[in-house]
Amino acid sequence: MSVLEVRDVWKAFGDNTVLKGVDLTLEEHDVVVLIGASGSGKSTLLRTINLIERIDDGQLILSGDDISDPGVDMDKVRARIGVVFQQFNLFPHMRVIDNVTLAARKVHGENPAAARERAAELLAKFGLGDKLRDYPDRLSGGQQQRVAIVRAILTNPELLLLDEITSALDPMLVGEVLDLVRGLKDTGSTILMATHEMAFAREVADRVVFMHGGRILEAGSPKDIFDNPQQPETREFLARVTHH
Amino acid sequence: MSDGTPTAHEPSLLELERRAYRKRSTWRSVGIAAGSTLIFATVATLLVVNTPGWEAVKESFFNWEIGKESFPDILKGLWLNIQALFFAGIGVAIFGTTLAIVRSLRGPVFFPLRMLATIYVDLFRGVPVLIVLYLVGFGIPALGIFPPLSAAVWGTIAIGLCYSAYVAEVLRAGMEAVNPSQRVAARSLGLTHGKTLRMVVIPQGVRKVIPALMNDFVSMQKDVGLISVLGAVDAIRAAQIDAATTYNFTPYVVAAMLFIAISLPLTRLTDYVAARMNKREQIGGVV
Ligand SMILES: Nc1ncnc2c1ncn2[C@@H]1O[C@H](COP(=O)(O)OP(=O)(O)OP(=O)(O)O)[C@@H](O)[C@H]1O
Ligand SMILES: [Mg+2]
Repeated sequence: MSVLEVRDVWKAFGDNTVLKGVDLTLEEHDVVVLIGASGSGKSTLLRTINLIERIDDGQLILSGDDISDPGVDMDKVRARIGVVFQQFNLFPHMRVIDNVTLAARKVHGENPAAARERAAELLAKFGLGDKLRDYPDRLSGGQQQRVAIVRAILTNPELLLLDEITSALDPMLVGEVLDLVRGLKDTGSTILMATHEMAFAREVADRVVFMHGGRILEAGSPKDIFDNPQQPETREFLARVTHH
Repeated sequence: MSDGTPTAHEPSLLELERRAYRKRSTWRSVGIAAGSTLIFATVATLLVVNTPGWEAVKESFFNWEIGKESFPDILKGLWLNIQALFFAGIGVAIFGTTLAIVRSLRGPVFFPLRMLATIYVDLFRGVPVLIVLYLVGFGIPALGIFPPLSAAVWGTIAIGLCYSAYVAEVLRAGMEAVNPSQRVAARSLGLTHGKTLRMVVIPQGVRKVIPALMNDFVSMQKDVGLISVLGAVDAIRAAQIDAATTYNFTPYVVAAMLFIAISLPLTRLTDYVAARMNKREQIGGVV
């Protein structure tokens, strides 16, 4: 069974149609990278999957459950999906350890002490072992994003959505965050991510999906898309982002 | 910072010179401030003491014997004010927060509730506290549907009703100042709307308006003195009684001193908290 099936999804904001029939499937352990120009609908697609935006047509299936059904408990669905945005992920009034364990404690009802112990282990594993008691504003941007990722994976979500998690970061800090994502791929997480880091997409993706004007214009292995793009729009986009 | 090896840095001569300079100018400012305060106080005192009516004023407002005499009664009355403050404070915290939350609910389903809360807040912010006191303190008991309660209780309720409206507005402003991304982040974790409000939006919103809330509390601290108009024997009423029997205003001055004494710690604390929050939220410490 696929982890995620996006079937002919449409979404408009007013008369601006942002998603025009998107189809996409992720199998378990897939790492799929969304690329495309600004405004092509990458973030919107991720937000609809997480039920932050309601789709106008089509279907979203998460591990066999139709999560676009209006009767679905949206909070329960969101609890099954881990999300990290570009910024403003962490709660500034909570210490790192409380941020990371919030969902485990308050949504999944996990024993707080057990959750903290697991969180401390994960944070240590990703080089954040000495930051447990710090508030987010004391961390660097890269550290904040790593904490946000740890928070997203602590509850073992079926699917991880990452939306340009490095684009608000200093170039020096991008590497440490991408290292973490690499680690997640190795442990078998199923990931759908939007990014402008083409080198990273090529390295880590099982499949690269090129979005253009609300549609998936082309999808394939990193080799296919980067070395042998079929569509003129893809070629033009790649030429623009790689020759800066 | 929690990481990094301690690097003991010896300040340079230049930096030492700068520090010495800053210290000298700090002392100079303190000196100027103290001097000007002293001069101002002296001039003001001389002016007042040399007015033609000073002797009479001193006799009727600052009579030591009468002050000493009335002090125990007024202190006893103040205890009632403090109780009123305590219960009104709890009531305001609960009711004010409820109003703020209701006003922030979205969606058409909540329209009637939201409208009720809005009307309530508009009304109670517009009507003078004194009028609310009369309406609640004399009007509601006259309906005859409630068991007889003391004037102090009705007075406390009236004060609580007014301040709930003020506090609701302050809280709502704080909640609206929380970055919308925070709600999205919380909901993305699977937190329900209610938990998002309780654990993410309200704690951050309250933090943003702590100085304003403390200000409201300080004003409530003195407005609980208004329950005397309903006949409750609080500090002000006790002062009034003593003033009437001695034909002297000193008891009012005693009451004023006591009110200042209970509010002073909190006003200072408010300033301190506000200053500290500014410091925390501003990176540019020099400007
Ligand atoms: N909440 C919203 N209300 C109205 N329009 C929106 C909203 N969110 C997105 N849009 C519009 O949808 C279109 C797609 O935006 P989206 O954020 O999905 O693009 P993107 O591919 O993520 O771009 P970027 O690479 O810049 O992040 C844009 O034209 C944008 O203006
Ligand atoms: Mg985007």
